[in-house]
Amino acid sequence: MLQELTFGFPILSLILFLPLLGAILIALLKEEDLIKNAAMGVSLLELVLAVIVLLRFVPESAAMQFSERVAWIPPLGISYHLGLDGISVLFVGLTAFLTVLVVLYSWDTVRHQIKLYFVTLLALETTMMGIFVALDLILFFVFWELMLIPSYFLIKLWGGGAERQYAALKYVLYTLLGSVFMLVGIVLLDLNYHDWAVVHHIEPAYSFDFLQLLTIPIPADKQVLIFWLIFMGLAFKAPMFPFHTWLPDALLEGPIGMAVFLAGIKLGTYGFIRFSLPLLPDASKNQGVASTMMTLALLAIIYGAIVALIQPDFRRLLAFSSISHLGFVVAGLFALNYQGLQGSLLTMINLGFSTAGLFFLAGFLYQRRHSTQLAAFGGLAKKVPLLATYLLIVGLASIGLPGTNGFVGEFLILLGAFQAHWLYGVVAVTGVVFGAAYFLWYYERAMLGPLTQAVGQAIADLNARELVIALSLSVMIFWIGLYPSPFLRMMNGSVQALVERLDKGAVAGMAVPTPVLAHRAGRIGSADARERGSFPHPVGTE
Amino acid sequence: MSDLIVILIPVFPLLAVLLNGLLGSRYSHEVAHRLAWGSVGLSFLCAIGVFAETLGAGAAREVVAYKWIFGGDLTVNLAFLIDPLTCIMLLVVTGVGFLIHLYSVGYMHGEEGFTRFFTYMNLFMVSMLLLVMGNNYLVLFIGWEGVGLCSYLLIGYYYDKVSAAKAASKAFVVNRIGDAGFLLAIFLVFQNFKTLDYTQVFAQAGQLSTEMATAIALCLLVGAVGKSAQIPLYTWLPDAMEGPTPVSALIHAATMVTAGVYMIVRNHVIYDMAPAAMTTVACVGGATALFAATIGLVQTDIKRVLAYSTVSQLGYMFLACGIGAYTAAVFHLMTHAFFKALLFLSAGSVIHALHGEQDIMKMGGLKSKIPWTHGLFLVGTLAIAGIFPLAGFWSKDEIMAHAFVHGHYVLYGMAAVGAFLTAFYMFRLTYLTFYGQSRVDHHTAAHIHESPPIMLGPLVVLATLSVIGGFPGVPPEDGWFHHFLHKVTAQVGGESAGHEAGSGLVVMLMLAATGIALAGWGLAHYLYSMRTETAAAWAERSPGAYRTLLNKYYVDELYDALFVEPTKKLGLVWDWFDRRVIDRLVVGVGELTQSSSAASTWLEKYVIYGGLNAIGYANHLLARSWRQMQSGQVHHYAAIIVAGLFILVHLVLAWWTGSGGVLR
Repeated sequence: MLQELTFGFPILSLILFLPLLGAILIALLKEEDLIKNAAMGVSLLELVLAVIVLLRFVPESAAMQFSERVAWIPPLGISYHLGLDGISVLFVGLTAFLTVLVVLYSWDTVRHQIKLYFVTLLALETTMMGIFVALDLILFFVFWELMLIPSYFLIKLWGGGAERQYAALKYVLYTLLGSVFMLVGIVLLDLNYHDWAVVHHIEPAYSFDFLQLLTIPIPADKQVLIFWLIFMGLAFKAPMFPFHTWLPDALLEGPIGMAVFLAGIKLGTYGFIRFSLPLLPDASKNQGVASTMMTLALLAIIYGAIVALIQPDFRRLLAFSSISHLGFVVAGLFALNYQGLQGSLLTMINLGFSTAGLFFLAGFLYQRRHSTQLAAFGGLAKKVPLLATYLLIVGLASIGLPGTNGFVGEFLILLGAFQAHWLYGVVAVTGVVFGAAYFLWYYERAMLGPLTQAVGQAIADLNARELVIALSLSVMIFWIGLYPSPFLRMMNGSVQALVERLDKGAVAGMAVPTPVLAHRAGRIGSADARERGSFPHPVGTE
Repeated sequence: MSDLIVILIPVFPLLAVLLNGLLGSRYSHEVAHRLAWGSVGLSFLCAIGVFAETLGAGAAREVVAYKWIFGGDLTVNLAFLIDPLTCIMLLVVTGVGFLIHLYSVGYMHGEEGFTRFFTYMNLFMVSMLLLVMGNNYLVLFIGWEGVGLCSYLLIGYYYDKVSAAKAASKAFVVNRIGDAGFLLAIFLVFQNFKTLDYTQVFAQAGQLSTEMATAIALCLLVGAVGKSAQIPLYTWLPDAMEGPTPVSALIHAATMVTAGVYMIVRNHVIYDMAPAAMTTVACVGGATALFAATIGLVQTDIKRVLAYSTVSQLGYMFLACGIGAYTAAVFHLMTHAFFKALLFLSAGSVIHALHGEQDIMKMGGLKSKIPWTHGLFLVGTLAIAGIFPLAGFWSKDEIMAHAFVHGHYVLYGMAAVGAFLTAFYMFRLTYLTFYGQSRVDHHTAAHIHESPPIMLGPLVVLATLSVIGGFPGVPPEDGWFHHFLHKVTAQVGGESAGHEAGSGLVVMLMLAATGIALAGWGLAHYLYSMRTETAAAWAERSPGAYRTLLNKYYVDELYDALFVEPTKKLGLVWDWFDRRVIDRLVVGVGELTQSSSAASTWLEKYVIYGGLNAIGYANHLLARSWRQMQSGQVHHYAAIIVAGLFILVHLVLAWWTGSGGVLR
């Protein structure tokens, strides 16, 4: 897990700052069409870079790849440290993919302050990328907090609901409240490192570096405290039941573009698998912690699904279905076995296609009916057969029909949970039934049956742009559903390493870090010896 | 080469799905339906090839298409298992499927969404083929839920009809309850064997404890009960008749609903080790056979009668599985596919002739108007009633004989009563539809017409199969069919000796079965041909019983009251709880935070101002503020926050460790 591979070219920095540079560029533009085209160009270029990273990524490896490290605040051991492994690499691709689709969606649906909108959107992309590529906890935290700024303005300025101001503030306050605790947790990690560094005469004595923190032992009870502190930050953001009440508001009041990211990019649960589990393996395994997390997860699965069942508003339904799906993800994580972790990771990616996809479709509906309330629908399939078809495809993916991506992830999670304890599996599996119930019942009332009076005669089916969005989502859904091999291979190495890490724990001291791993400015790692000019040459796994 | 043939079987219909689904609107219906039945026909030819090979070689073989889900100790391939059981299922599914596709060309002619219909039908074929061909539980499960999806899509084919839309959702959700049970079975299998491949699982099944075997078997049964519409999850099947008639024939009679039977037979090694589960299977089957038959007695919708008869016949198959007569179960599965497809399709022909009328109280006297349909329907009725020597006789008799010979007298009694009722309601249906006075209204009567050859042709083939389809299983327990399947269905621990029935007993049982069937026929003849007023009089004399049967024992209402409504109520209560309690609580905390001046200043400083810096003035200042941020503002903020928190954290730690903290 400590191995690092550089790429010879700071591609992650480029990925990280390209959207921001694009935002600046757009800020200088005047003409509306130019702005849109520029936003599309930037997001497409970002997607190309992300695809290059995915193609160049060495699968079945636990190594940190494409690493970059530069000292940032040396006295505090804070560095600008980027890298991707099997856990984070797919998120970069997903974020880039969704941003392109959001730009496409926003093309003619955002009608005021267009320039500012795309500037904000691209700024948001940078902060999300930052969260996924950061390997320094402070750097991660900075992006985590910065992300709130564009999010806040997106909800507040381009939201469709009357309560968007409230929703935006609520979202920010929730996340801030949680992240204060998380920051304390992060600092405790640093102090623990400090104690150890002082005893072992390592200079400098502070570090927020994820890979360095992994190398030192942490007492079990301290781990538990830190776990719950970090939990606060992650659970509020995810959001996990019962800290979820900002989500329905934000999704309902905010613009579709923001909802896609809130529902599709699972930052909170990513934080668990990226930091909590590997850094605090003994706390994660702790009977009290694991069973509490599992209980919250199972509650969320059932609670979310049953509340979703009776929602008349499609977006609110999706909010609760998100909460239910997050329950699945957390259940997989705290099953703490291979299938559970692999399934959770895949499901986080899947939700970026299915739940986020449903928000796009909700947006399409909203464009036509100016509402996502059930009262505005009824028998729509007759009028908009394509929309109805894609809604069904994406919806079935979200309820985990075999052949779609949702099944692969959900199956692995359930299998993992069942292996952790059969009762977990039994409870979680009821979510499968409720999921079908809430989606199909809504679909039945909104799309099937006779056309209702409320639905006017002139509704157009999907236009070309919408069709591109729906088609690209469907391609991903079936690709991962039928041939998930490339995705599984990318994550397998890191999942395996994480399972081993969880087995070994971090209480007993691990091996003393080699000098290579001690902090120093610039690039480090086992690939250090490689020449920097080796760009086209893929780094090998040692 | 031969591996390729195996893989091609599901690939042909899949190609048709892709073509018709994506491009179907660009070409004519002619092209669409040719693609549809042509692809299934090709699959059928491949299936025959595979069958011929299996006949020759005999050994089961596996064909791996590709690695599907893997990681850690789990590897699941998309792979197929070809053995005698698969072959029989393949022939039934592709053969009957092909005939029904042909029939549909005529039946669905002129329907809106013609191409959509065939796309769904082909998708169904793909799923069903995966279901019967898979070499592991997960490929079976793709097919398992896939056929459920197609069932959903096809029941809801007339989606602008509220009843069709409701029936579709109901079918899917009820099936999902079964699927959840099936998933649990898969988890248990994986936990015990660390693999999901049949061959490896069955090879090691001997190590299972009885309790574990029972648990797996019962979870599988939950799945089977859902898919095969057994008590208590049968309620979706009668409603499924909302779909077009060919769908009812293919999915809700001949193939999909038999998936549960197939799955139990496939897993019989596990069932053999779990006597308690076996008993449960037998009881579920026997009870369903009888229960559904009683409802079938009084229904007046031609398709619903057939639907309950399907539920009842599936009960026989479950009963057979439960008493270890696996070959008989598959045998009945096959003959049932022939005669039930025939019955549904000829019922479709009736409905077609009457322009959509399904109520048998508005039929009667159709024999002379649509003679072909009448003849074909009659063959189907004779076959299902178990009249010698038609297909249904042999398979049903074998199940009942097996029950009797092995001492399951109660089950035999249930099956016998069920057989009597079956004969009765099927002949009731025949009499009410084709004989007596016409009750068809004048307008419809003027337009009654026989179906076109494209519909009658497949029916003739099915009728022939319904007549001769039983002969591969003759003599009972020792026919070609039994020898062919023996390798798959041989019970673990060997056949229990001493139950060998004497030929005298066999003949006696056959005579008894024939007598039962004739008695049912006779009663129907008496009530619906000779004394047509008697039936109504009986119904009037015991209105309670009649009404209970007519309303299907009020099971739907019961389920609504017990499960559906309470769940919705719970949703409403929790939704209220969410808005009024959880939200209030956290917002309260939030407001508290906000009102404390320190927090609000903090918020203002870092969030609102920071946001304005980065975004609000972006129009003018973005470039500059970006440089500023780079030059250290965030940098400094972060440093200040970290410094402040250091102090906070040390205080926390001091309190927590009870010592001087960690600063040394």
